[in-house]
Amino acid sequence: MPEILQHEFMQHALLAGMLAAVACGIVGVYVVIKKIVFISGGIAHASFGGIGLGYLLGINPVLGAIFFTTASAIGIGLATRRTRLPEDTAIGILWAMGMALGIIFIGLTPGYTPDLFSYLFGNILTVPTSDLLLMLILDVIIIFLVSLLYKEFLVLSFDEEFSTVSGVLTERLYLLLLCLIALTVVVLIRVVGIILVLALLTIPAALARQFTHSLKKMMLLAILAGAVFTFSGLWLSYVLDLASGATIILVSGTALFISFGISRLRSKTRDLNHQPPDTA
Amino acid sequence: MADQELVKLDDIWVHYDDAPTLEGINLSVKSSGFLGIIGPNGGGKTTLLKVILGLVKPTHGRVSVMGGNPEHGRKFIGYIPQYNLFDPEFPISVSEVVLMGRYGRTGLFRHYREEDKKAAMTALKTVDMLDYKDRQIGRLSSGEQQRIFIARALATSPKLLLLDEPTTSIDPAMQVGFYELLDKLKHGMAIIMVSHDICAVSIYVDEIACLNHQLFYHGSKEVSAEDLAKTYQCPVQLIAHGFIPHRVLKEH
Repeated sequence: MPEILQHEFMQHALLAGMLAAVACGIVGVYVVIKKIVFISGGIAHASFGGIGLGYLLGINPVLGAIFFTTASAIGIGLATRRTRLPEDTAIGILWAMGMALGIIFIGLTPGYTPDLFSYLFGNILTVPTSDLLLMLILDVIIIFLVSLLYKEFLVLSFDEEFSTVSGVLTERLYLLLLCLIALTVVVLIRVVGIILVLALLTIPAALARQFTHSLKKMMLLAILAGAVFTFSGLWLSYVLDLASGATIILVSGTALFISFGISRLRSKTRDLNHQPPDTA
Repeated sequence: MADQELVKLDDIWVHYDDAPTLEGINLSVKSSGFLGIIGPNGGGKTTLLKVILGLVKPTHGRVSVMGGNPEHGRKFIGYIPQYNLFDPEFPISVSEVVLMGRYGRTGLFRHYREEDKKAAMTALKTVDMLDYKDRQIGRLSSGEQQRIFIARALATSPKLLLLDEPTTSIDPAMQVGFYELLDKLKHGMAIIMVSHDICAVSIYVDEIACLNHQLFYHGSKEVSAEDLAKTYQCPVQLIAHGFIPHRVLKEH
């Protein structure tokens, strides 16, 4: 085993990266195909209120974030569906209010608030065992619900009107999907931080969709891509002594742009091969 | 149960903001036959279909579908909307889209069964698109996509088929085949089609109604002189139809 992997913090970091890749691979695919990136951003940023609440109550901030983020996901979902506010306006308002609550909670917390920076920007090298366990449980919940409701989520993402007509409880299912996004955000907070969560929710899925038109394959490919990104970003940040979260995001983004080039080349060669012989 | 009422609308009013879109609609649909509803754009045609589906709640009046409320009855309805605005890159195959039509007969948590898959394939064969079953739907032409959505509606084994301007995205060469398909289907189910394609409607439908906020139900497609007189009394209807289309109606 290479020396670097013998450190416990490194093993934890790899585990955290894998758990993050699973959550963002599965849920990120729905975020991308249902085009709900902005609402996911709102949920992610509002989770800062949960971190603050955790500090204030003296509990693990990630635990605080689970409840707060899930509640704000439902709140944002209902606000966008049931009020007369335009959807993006409602998201923008709750996005900022969640963060404002976090700042107030942290201000009210007596004494020093350690690790605050790592919740905002992530630090995969300092994930404690208790948070790893929490991430594992959240992953299991996500996998369980998505495999149980796979066909419902597919109808919902493809055609909401048809899903309502066919008897799918569309609004409740949509709120549940937002809750899954909330749980994914919590899984990702430790790895890349609240501010950068959106990149891992979108990049692996956006990369995967170029290479397949099967939803299941897209999820598997996105998980694989997420794992490769976190591992290589982690390694690069270790070698170059850079912030891990930001390095992971930049590696992912760069890989995505390279993949655009590859898939353009692929479709070009495919077009060439399909041309009739007399014009080729 | 040949004349069981599938749909009954009783004095339906729908207001968007202040202006009424539907004004006092009464309609009764029996278990088979083909009803064409013609009328101008903005006359409430799509709204009427959505009221039957329970997607739009009327501000006044009673809707009954299969003897119950639309939320329960609508899974017996195959609905083909005018536009399907989905992302062409959406990762889904043709057969997965058609299989969605079986959701109402499968339900929460359960997997699609063999018979569901068979029904989906039969529906694809009916619209002559079986060869495309593994293709990504966004890669098909809009006319081909429309056929897939018709197959999805047929896969529900509907008792009632609702079609909203179905011919807008079907190329003319296919339209005859499409109407002949409806002609066959109408013996096993009721069909309501809204359209402004008056000629096509007049050839294939059994009954015609005119909708421009109010519904003028002619009963048969042979619009009688009294019916015409009644329609012409309404100036908006006059603008909506003109004289020529009515002559077309009388010729068939």
